[in-house]
Amino acid sequence: MYRFLKHTADVLFEVEATSLNKLFEDAGKAVMATMAELKTVKPRIKKTVNLTSDKVEDLLYNFLSELVYLKDSEYLLFSEFKVNIETIEVKKINGEYNHEYDLMSELKGEKIDAKKHKLGVDVKAITMHMFTVEKRGKKWFAKVLLDV
Amino acid sequence: MEEKKQGIPKDIKQVSEVVWEIPTSYKQGMQVPARIYATNKLMQQMDAGVFDQITNVACLPGIVKYAMCMPDAHWGYGSPVGGVAAFDPEKGGVISPGIIGYDINCGMRSIVTNLTLEDVRPKIKELIDALFKTVPVGVGAKGVVKVNKQQFKQVMEDGSKWCVDNGYGWEEDLERTESYGRLDWADSSKVSEKAISRGINQIGTLGSGNHYLEIQYVKEEEIFDKKIAEKFGIFPDQILIMVHCGSRGMGHQVATDYLQIFDKAMKKYNIVIKDRELSCAPFNSDEGQDYYRAMACSANMAFANRQVIMHRIREGFSQVFKKSPEELGMHLIYDTAHNVAKIEEHKIEGKKKKLIVHRKGATRAFPPGNSELSPIFKEIGQICVLGGSMQTGSALLLGIKEAEETFYTTAHGSGRTMSRTRARNEIRGERLLKEMETQGIYVKSVSMSGLAEEAGSAYKDFGDVLDSIIKAKLSRPLAILRPLGNLKG
Repeated sequence: MYRFLKHTADVLFEVEATSLNKLFEDAGKAVMATMAELKTVKPRIKKTVNLTSDKVEDLLYNFLSELVYLKDSEYLLFSEFKVNIETIEVKKINGEYNHEYDLMSELKGEKIDAKKHKLGVDVKAITMHMFTVEKRGKKWFAKVLLDV
Repeated sequence: MEEKKQGIPKDIKQVSEVVWEIPTSYKQGMQVPARIYATNKLMQQMDAGVFDQITNVACLPGIVKYAMCMPDAHWGYGSPVGGVAAFDPEKGGVISPGIIGYDINCGMRSIVTNLTLEDVRPKIKELIDALFKTVPVGVGAKGVVKVNKQQFKQVMEDGSKWCVDNGYGWEEDLERTESYGRLDWADSSKVSEKAISRGINQIGTLGSGNHYLEIQYVKEEEIFDKKIAEKFGIFPDQILIMVHCGSRGMGHQVATDYLQIFDKAMKKYNIVIKDRELSCAPFNSDEGQDYYRAMACSANMAFANRQVIMHRIREGFSQVFKKSPEELGMHLIYDTAHNVAKIEEHKIEGKKKKLIVHRKGATRAFPPGNSELSPIFKEIGQICVLGGSMQTGSALLLGIKEAEETFYTTAHGSGRTMSRTRARNEIRGERLLKEMETQGIYVKSVSMSGLAEEAGSAYKDFGDVLDSIIKAKLSRPLAILRPLGNLKG
């Protein structure tokens, strides 16, 4: 579940999800919903995005940035997201554990068409300002500010 | 801090009617005080985020004089929009993408015509519709200029000059563009493949959000310096054109790339910042220099973008009025950047110093005599283009010597005051369209929600911003321009 919050010049949204996978899927949808009404984007083209990171924040940041990149480089908007993240624990020499997050995702959407899609505002970038990803209790939360 | 909070810091000092200072005691780590240039009325409307963010900027290494905010400042990310900060490279001064913005060289361009309000008012719909076909707008729009990767690298290194050399403009356009439309330290090898693939098809595209193309007119009583207006062919009831856009996906990607590079590099240079969006590196470091060169590539892409858009506007006018752009007198007045950092020479404690001056949503306004100005502006000072909201008005301003304190910088627009979410909830795009039509303004937009977000009521009062500019002596008005037609992404 995502919802848009108030910010003077840019677009700020918050995501609440029951799993990390769902958090990423909904955050992806929020980025897309900023640029077009989701129900007008049909799942015709499939694209896979795979990423690895040792921080969950960086993983979400890179995942969302990839969506912005695909919008400009391949003119793609997505309305269906399937994300699978595996967390690998790597034991360090000092006995502590490092996490490594492996993301595999399947995105479905279509090429931007101003005649078909009800377009919103172009997302220039994902910003790190106020960017948070956290687990509280059994739920995952994220907050993202988009530069538009 | 998700909601906008208002409230001027308690320990702020009012230096004069329009100058406010936040002392270094306000926040631990502040190297210099912060100064805000605004009337009391605008200060009361300022987001609390502005005070927090500008004092974060004041903490960065090597900052000189003040961290400053223009009257149209509002809450951004990293630095507020409307922020100005200069750093001394010899004293570890940094370069920070967060005080430049993702949209590198977002800027304004103003063009005159010899058409009058009487000529254009009956044809405004036809004209805007024709421009809608010649200038691609909105999410995912492709430009008409097709280039291969090698040619795109030349665009990044040569900016407007590439356009003029390739038939997209006139030779005289160059001396009427900030830095002649080309930052000569650009090095395309410092730009990522990702940035290139985001930008290669976007030359000559307007984008969306607050970017626009506007048909404007000028009233006799709103021309404030008749002699200079005449020199640039500005006369009462004349039609002018204004363009607001930047470097599109390419610049956005360069900012994204280097924020991450700086995020990692800061450890090496022992730099601690208050907000990750203010990631930076010493100007005199490999990372700092690489970004400075990549930023220049993005700035050049933005100059080229606005140059090609102007060329297409000239073509659109030509189609509608069945005359050549030359016959229509479609000369560029000036093109100004308002998101950029440059090395400039300024006096610090009586001594001339080379500083890296950052402007984010702020316009350079050099006074008469400045050596960087092209010959046509040397005597009169630089013309600055200030874009207001699509319902109120915009202005042409002139640089003055009194603005030394702000490193000769003035405001860039009206400044948002209402969030996009609230604007979308409170204003219906379709209704706004009708309301503006009754005001005599014809608007065309690919996005109704995007249109609602840009309503005049979502911005600060244009008159208040102008009032602050004049009182704070940031620049002086040349003319006010009123909207007649608007094309939006």
